[in-house]
Formats: sequence, C-alpha cells, structure tokens
Amino acid sequence: MSTTERYIPDRLQSPWARRLRSWETLLLAVAVAIFTFNAFASPYFLNAWNLSDATFNFTEKAMIAFAMALLIIAGEIDLSVASIVALASTAMGAAAQLGASPTSLVLIGLVVGLLCGAFNGVLVTVMGLPSIVVTIGTMSLFRGISYIVLGDTAYGGYPAGFSFFGQGYVWWVFSFEFVLFCVLALGFGVLLHLTNFGRAVYAVGNNATAALFSGIRVNRVKFILFLLTGLMAGIASVCLTSRLGSTRPSIGFGMELEVVTMVVLGGVNILGGSGNIPGVVIAAFVMGLVTFGLGLLNVPGIVMSIVIGGLLIGVIALPRLCSMWRR
Amino acid sequence: MQPQPSAAAVTAVLSLDGVIKDFPGVRALSSVSLSLYPGQVTALVGENGAGKSTVVKILTGIYQPDGGAILVDGAPVQFANAQAAAAHGITAIHQETVLFDELTVAENIFLGHAPKGRFGLIDTAAMIAKSRAILTEIEAPIDPTTRLRDLSIASKHLVAIARALSIDARVVIMDEPTAALSHKEINELYDLVDKLKAQGKAILFISHKFDEIFRIADRFAVFRDGQFVGDGHIADVTQDDLVQMMVGRSVDQIFPKRISAIGKEALKVVGYDHPTEFADISFTLHKGEILGFYGLIGAGRSEVMQALYGITKPSKGAVRIDGDVRIIRSPADAVAHGIVYVPEDRGKQGAITALPIFQNVTLPSLHRTSRHGFLRLAEEFALAREYTARLNLRAASLETAVGNLSGGNQQKVVIAKWLATQPKVIILDEPTKGIDIGSKAAVHEFMAELAAQGLAVIMVSSEIPEVLGMSDRVIVMREGRIVDELKRDEMTPEMLVRRAAGIGDTE
Repeated sequence: MSTTERYIPDRLQSPWARRLRSWETLLLAVAVAIFTFNAFASPYFLNAWNLSDATFNFTEKAMIAFAMALLIIAGEIDLSVASIVALASTAMGAAAQLGASPTSLVLIGLVVGLLCGAFNGVLVTVMGLPSIVVTIGTMSLFRGISYIVLGDTAYGGYPAGFSFFGQGYVWWVFSFEFVLFCVLALGFGVLLHLTNFGRAVYAVGNNATAALFSGIRVNRVKFILFLLTGLMAGIASVCLTSRLGSTRPSIGFGMELEVVTMVVLGGVNILGGSGNIPGVVIAAFVMGLVTFGLGLLNVPGIVMSIVIGGLLIGVIALPRLCSMWRR
Repeated sequence: MQPQPSAAAVTAVLSLDGVIKDFPGVRALSSVSLSLYPGQVTALVGENGAGKSTVVKILTGIYQPDGGAILVDGAPVQFANAQAAAAHGITAIHQETVLFDELTVAENIFLGHAPKGRFGLIDTAAMIAKSRAILTEIEAPIDPTTRLRDLSIASKHLVAIARALSIDARVVIMDEPTAALSHKEINELYDLVDKLKAQGKAILFISHKFDEIFRIADRFAVFRDGQFVGDGHIADVTQDDLVQMMVGRSVDQIFPKRISAIGKEALKVVGYDHPTEFADISFTLHKGEILGFYGLIGAGRSEVMQALYGITKPSKGAVRIDGDVRIIRSPADAVAHGIVYVPEDRGKQGAITALPIFQNVTLPSLHRTSRHGFLRLAEEFALAREYTARLNLRAASLETAVGNLSGGNQQKVVIAKWLATQPKVIILDEPTKGIDIGSKAAVHEFMAELAAQGLAVIMVSSEIPEVLGMSDRVIVMREGRIVDELKRDEMTPEMLVRRAAGIGDTE
C-alpha cells in the first residue's frame, strides 16, 4: 500500500462551539426565562428557603430520570418505576411495623428496587420481550402487590431517624435529597459520558445489532441498566417515604410519566441513541421551577399538568419549527 | 423525440436500450440492453453483482435510469414510480414475496386496485369472485378468503402471480422464484410459467439454476459487472457457453495477491452442524493464508461464519484456535479469542452509522484505550488515527458520523475497527460488495498485506474474479455443505460455477 499519509483532523470544531448550539443551551435559556418570570410574578419566589422547598418537586423524580435516561438512550424503557417506588415503600412500611432500624429500612428499599429491576431485566434480556410491554405489565404487578398488602390502610410509624432522608438538611438550606440529587447527577454524568460502559450504552441504543457484532455484550448492558433503574426507584422510594412519613398503595402514582417527560424534555431521543445527563438535570430544574412558580400563583394542579404537557410539546417542537422556517 | 428502435425492439413488448445507472461511486449498469417478447420466457443470467436486481428495479419503476431509454411496444416511456410501471402492465414477483400476511388472499390480489361499489367502498363480493376466477385460471387451489399467513411459501407465490394477473400484466418479472420452493412446488411453478406463456405474456426469469433455465426459457441475456454480454435463443447454446459468458474469459482486474508463507494452523473447525442452515462443516485455516468461500446466495456460507463468530449457535461441532479448543457463545467471546468478523451488511451490522468514526474504530478496543473503565479520548483518537491512516480512509474528520461516508470508506472503518483489536483470524463477508473500484483495490491490497503479515483470513465472496485473484485455497459450498476444496493452481472460473451450481453432478 502506498504510504501517502492522508491527514484527517480529529475534530473540525471544538467541543465548546458545539455545546453552544446544543439542545441544553436552549433548555438553559428556557430555565432562566422561567426563573426570571417567577421572580417578577411572585414576591415569595426569591427566598432561599422557598427555593429549597421547591427542589422537592423534582429531586425524587430526577433520581429515577438519570437511570431512565441511560435506559432510553440504550433503546429500552421502564414504565414500572412508580410501581417499584410503591412496592419498595410497602416493604419498608411492613418492616417498620416489625421495628426495623432506619439503616435496615433503607437497605430493604434498595434491595426491593434491585429485585424489581432484575425481574424486568430478565424478562427483557433473557426472554427477549419488548421492554415497553414487560414494564406495563410489571407496573400493574408491583403496585398490585402493594394494594393487596395494604388495601385501604396505610403504614405509618416510621422510626425517628428515618425522617432524615426526606426531611433532613445537610447544611443550611441544602436538603439531603438535593445533595443526593447533585451527587447522583454527577455520578450518572460520569458513568454515561466518561466510561466504557457509557460508550456501550450509546452503541447499543444506536444499533444493537452492530454493537453485538462489535463484541459488546448487549444483553449484559441492558440488564445492568434495568438493575440501575430499579435501584434508583428504590432510592427515590426511601426519600419519598421518608418525606411523607407514611405509605399508601397509591404512593408515587403516575410518577413514571413525569420521569419520562423529564428525560425527553432533557433532549434524550425517545427512540434511543442520543441524549445526555446535563440536559436531564436542566430539564429537572425547568419542571421544578414551573411547578413551583405556578404553585406560588395558586394555579390548581390540573392546570399545572396542562402547562407541563404544553411545555414538553413546545420545547420539542421548537427546533423542528425553526428548521421549517429556515427552509 | 423520434424513437429509433433497433431491429429487435420492433416486436418487443418491453425493452431497455443503452440504459445506464449510477450509484455514488459505482456504475451499476453501463449501457445495457434487454428485450422481452410476448409469449416468450427470457432468462436473465449473471453472477451476483452483475446488475440483475438493478435491471428489475428499473423495469418496475423503482429506480430511474441515468441514461438510455425504456421502450414499451417500441415507444420510449418513463416510469416515474412503481405505479407508472404497473400501469403499463409490468409486474414483478420477487424472491421474497412482498405481500401482507394479515390480509386475505383476495385483499392481497387486489390491494390498490380493488373493485369499488357504492360510495367508493370496496366491493368485497366482486373482489372475492374475481380472485376466485383468477386462482381457478392458474389452477391454484386456494380459497380467496383465507389469510395469507396461513399459506405455504409456494401458495404465497401463487398469490403473487394471481396479483400479477389481476392487473392484466403483459410483462411478468420473476426474480429467483424457485429459491425457496420444494421440488414438487418448482414443477408446479414451471407449469404455471408455461400457462402464462401460452397467454402471450412476456416473462423475464432470473435464476442461478441452469437446469431450470434450460427447462423453461426460450431466450437468454447475460450480464457481467453491469454490462450486457450477449443474448440469443437458449436452443443455440450449451450450459458451458453460458458459464463462459457469465465469468468472462479474462480476469481483467489486477489482484495484488502475494505468495505468502503459509504458517501453522490458526483455526480448525470440526463437524459443525446446524439444524437448518448447514451440515458437516470441517476446515482448517493457517496463518498467512487467505481462504476463499465461494457459493451461490443461500449456500450457507455467511451462516457458517456467523456461527463461528457466536451469533448463531451450531448444534454440534468444535473450534480450535491456535491449537486450543475454544467455546464461543457470543461475538464478545469470539473477539476475545482473536476471531473478528466483517459482516456483509455494513449499515446494519458492521458500523454504527450515527456514531463518529473514532468511536466506531475504538468500540471493541476500549479496554486498551481506557484506564479502569474510564475513557481516554486522546488515546482513542490516537488509535483511530493510526488504523484509519493505514487504510487510507478519506473523511472530513474523525468525528464525522460513519453514515456520512461512502460505502468503501465505511468498509474501511469496519476493517480498521477490527485490525485495532490485533486479531488472529479475520473473516470478511463479501468485503467489496457495492463499493467503488478504488476502495475495492485498497481493500484487496490490504487483505494481501495482512496475510503477508501472518494473519489468517477467511474471505466469503460471490465474485469470481475476487475469489480467484485473492485466495490461496477455495472452499465451495452448496446447500449448506462443503462440496469441494480447490487449491490456487487448480481453480478455474468454470469449475467454481459448476461446483457451486451443481452442474454435472449426479443427484
């Protein structure tokens, strides 16, 4: 072969130049706009403690959303997360009645989450079933178990130390949940963007066949992602149960749709293959700010979900509309 | 425009005159001509990649030619789309029938041109009656109200033929219609072809099987490498004549094959069996050797390779790599043991087209470019740069998505990806299919270089010049079995074609 070395540059534009024109930049602008609007609309908004309270609107959902983002990028989905929250909470509640310590309650919550994730993962990877169908099934199954155990009743009486996870503050206005949210955001960001595993997630989501042919253990990647999503639902369940101080079978009802909304709003392609964690973090803030701002303005919950839905469609449609106008 | 039909085109129902078709980097058809006559079966013969499928797509309006003319009854026409071709009474029955499993037979036959009743609704009763009439005409014992999914493959073919008749076809194109049929079903199909002939329809019959060409065709046309080689009456030629025309007399490409020192055994496959795809596959591959696998499409070559690579599971058999017995359950296992596979379908299996070049190249080598599972971009770029440069890749940058490259350059990315893993055995499945001449030469040259460096190479190829030019040894497969093994100095094009097609065998 001739030795005419052809020079191919590594990059044509710097990573920063590309980031500037990205989805996250647009989303960040939306977040700033909402923040500014809220600051003018309500005198109670710009208050450290009020803002701290507002983070509870999204921290638990966002924890699940990080894992869900990876799962959706890999081309799968888990709609059973809210039901995992309920089942884990029910298990913790039952253990609390038997006098379990806060530490063991947390462990129980995490283990139930992992088991549920493993169950979904086995059905999808070993049996080869489509995840959307599997997790619609387990969505009913997991919450169904909670309903059988609890019926119309509720578990309360959690030990005093348990309340820290949902109500405690690490320092000043920074709640345990918010700090955990930040740590997990960082952790998932690193996992997706800086590790071999994260690269495999993108490869699987873009083309699972080619990834398999490239020597990626596709099913192992998917199984780990279902485990992670279950684990995060377990952690969210600990936080939510601790914050509410009681468990009803309806706990976290409908949460899965808000989680998926957050992920998609964060720029993750619902068909898999692309998206990133910074986008999901910003989307979490956007959704939190909108709910909080509307709450301060005494807007009823129904209207709030209309606004969130409109926001989702609006932000998703915006780039498409822009490119249509340009033509 | 004044049509200037050639002498033959005067009576032809449908003909191509000097048709050219270009794809990015490749000329698929260069000035081909073909004529179909009423009441006659014309067999279209040629190796894989000769341009037969492209011709079918041009005749049925799926592709538009870049030059030349399509003539119907001697008058030039243009088929803007498939509907336009159908309106001229041209219909095609494909190798894998394009029908709808969930619809009934009658709905399949009349899809898109169903008889309408009042208010523009489909007149189901009329549709079923007409379907029954057509099915009776071709003596197909099928109830028009059954769902297509409940029919055998052979019956589905009959439905496809009925559909062709329902639009009052004048030209019926059959693309390897017998590939999936049993012996008995094939004979029924022959009877049907005779019947269509008797009705005065012009038939284009594409087949690799010489016995059936001589059984049913009246005329033939031979293509080679996108060029028209010759045509005539089948009665005037022998099988040998056709083989000669197909493969050509000279290997006009220059292959860079070097005679490299054949080393120790690198790979040994013993008694590989698969319930449906292949049986009793045993062969040995040595370091520095290029082992060609030749056969017709469907001979089971890719299936053997994919079993070897851990994609499918053989029911029986063992693999030895460098003398050690290895169990390969997944491609990840195969790669770990030093076997890599460049698949035929680049876009779906070879490359992840949405991802950048460097990520494609480093994907199986990430454990080498990373530390403790963390990516190191600088090392990734270095590795990608090294191997893409060795293959002379052309691209705007290493961050360019692979999907934006030409087919030849995509193939170079896939090969670079595997070389970066420093494999022992590389399997190339149709490595130059659909890529431009320049990239083809680069791939060939590189293959020779790899073998010279002591890599063991398996090349699955349906292109005879490539097989002859590159291989040290060739294994010929037919119907899932190894039928012959030829050394470099024993091979001739005629021999390969005959062995692959089973000509001259006592069956």
